Amino acid sequence: MSGWLAAPILIPLAAAALLVLVRGRRWRGILALAGAAAHCGSGLVLVAACAGGGHLVLAVGGWPAPYGIALVADLFAAIMVAVTGLLGLLVGVYALGTDDLMADAVFPPLAQVLLMGAGGAFLAGDLFNLYVWFEVLLIASFVLLTVGRRPAQLAGAVKYVAINFLASAMFLTACGLLYGKTGTLNLADLARKIPADPATGVVLTSASLLLAAFGIKAALFPFFNWLPAAYPTPPVAVSALFAGVLTKVGVYALIRLFTLVFVQDVGRTHALILVLSVATMITGVLGAAAQGGLRRILAVHIVSQIGYMTLGLGVWTPAALAAVMVYMVHNMVVKTNLFLVVGAVKRLRGTEELARLGGLWREHPGLSGLFLVSALSLAGLPPLSGFVAKFVVIRACFLAGHWLAGAVALGVGLLTLFSMVKIWLEAFWKESPDGAAAGAGPAVRPLGAPVWVPVLVLTAITVAVGLYPEPLLELAQRAGDQLMDRAGYIRAVLGE
Amino acid sequence: MELVMAVIIGALTGVAVYLLLRRSPVRLVLGIALLGNAINLLIFTAAGLSARGVPIVAEGAAALAPPHPDPLPQALVLTAIVIGFGITAFALVLLWRMHHATGVEDLDRLEEEGP
Repeated sequence: MSGWLAAPILIPLAAAALLVLVRGRRWRGILALAGAAAHCGSGLVLVAACAGGGHLVLAVGGWPAPYGIALVADLFAAIMVAVTGLLGLLVGVYALGTDDLMADAVFPPLAQVLLMGAGGAFLAGDLFNLYVWFEVLLIASFVLLTVGRRPAQLAGAVKYVAINFLASAMFLTACGLLYGKTGTLNLADLARKIPADPATGVVLTSASLLLAAFGIKAALFPFFNWLPAAYPTPPVAVSALFAGVLTKVGVYALIRLFTLVFVQDVGRTHALILVLSVATMITGVLGAAAQGGLRRILAVHIVSQIGYMTLGLGVWTPAALAAVMVYMVHNMVVKTNLFLVVGAVKRLRGTEELARLGGLWREHPGLSGLFLVSALSLAGLPPLSGFVAKFVVIRACFLAGHWLAGAVALGVGLLTLFSMVKIWLEAFWKESPDGAAAGAGPAVRPLGAPVWVPVLVLTAITVAVGLYPEPLLELAQRAGDQLMDRAGYIRAVLGE
Repeated sequence: MELVMAVIIGALTGVAVYLLLRRSPVRLVLGIALLGNAINLLIFTAAGLSARGVPIVAEGAAALAPPHPDPLPQALVLTAIVIGFGITAFALVLLWRMHHATGVEDLDRLEEEGP
């Protein structure tokens, strides 16, 4: 059974290698979709295997932990792998129909490498492997960001590369310091050895370095400025993949380390995370209100949503961690969908600037309706997945006595609604400005099945989760309990 | 020896941070390269320096003879060097292309050329 742990890494690796060799557009499309579908399938197998509350552990090459490389899956990691695979599949479908991305030399293989890096990061059982998988993910994202090579993209990529390199440098420094202190990098072994060695300067320094490193990668306040510069510039399919996957891997790493390894001084570390989360939510949502381009608004909103996720980590109860999981699944689905809808709008009108859009509701009621569902879900209106996700996060805040944080989360939800209504009024509802009416735009192309299918599937998921949240809530509750059970993780990996 | 290494690491990091904060693209790349090397040295030093022996099991023996250095940091640093090399190479190409596409030599002016 534990052999499945290698699948989310090996499948995209094989697909990427084949995609480099294959030239024909059609074959590349089939390969890319098959790879992503298999990735998603292997994620679902892992979810099924971990659903009972156990861990899967694979000692690569037969070298037992803590000496060898261990791949570890718990329910949280398995859910993340499955959702990432699903998003990879749907974005792949979208890419079939647009921008000639499937014929591009680098997009199809590197999208697979991105999935491989994410899969590896979710399943890594030691700190150094986490670093390596992060680098795989980042190098793929560096190149994907520059697909098309427009000047704005290159400018955004310079910032992205520089700040991410700095984050990786901090990450590596923390690896070196922790190894010097404890003589191990295996997460379970670290978790076991650090408490015997009370929060000394070295441990606290490493924890701070890792918090900053993943704070940068997750776009936490005050490290988020690279995100609005980078995300809106590449082709829409790349933006959508980044919006769904990239920052979430940073959030995942934060949660993994600050539930398993650094829990000696919760009063300080997790209180700091709580404060940063609240600041992230507020600055993100206020920053978004000032933007004019569709993808810029949505990109700055990602920052605000990241705040909700780390908020649950800061609150530090099993219910709050379960809420984080629900929120992450909801946000990955809805955010990707909104970016894909923006891509559809861009195809219809040739622009994504609010000032030059308008009248979409009259001409394309179907697409407008789908946008409205996702936008209202993002803002947290019932009966959509966003309502469920926000409800569990805010309830966990109140139950743990963090009244202020809960109130801020409620207020930020209202401001999100404001931004979404602004997009709705400007792009969909108002009369179209002169010259932007149908047919007059520079690049009007009809929407085909490759656009409709992913948007419809993702919208269906957000509605389904909203109407029937029980299965997801129950799964998340189990995953949250599992995250709090450090002894269980250590036992599963080290076999004691 | 640790003291000498600490001073070298500190100096390299200081120079790297100074270069990263400059506005010239070339200095940004140099800063990236130097910071990567400073951290590689840090991993070596933090894991313990030792001048004696090699971490290879002698023929016929079941385990390493006692005075030997820890082989793991060497493997870590090797991996980090490869990754650092890749990132430096990519950053060079990216900045060169950026310069060609936008004509910017001052990174502070990059914002104005943006979307």
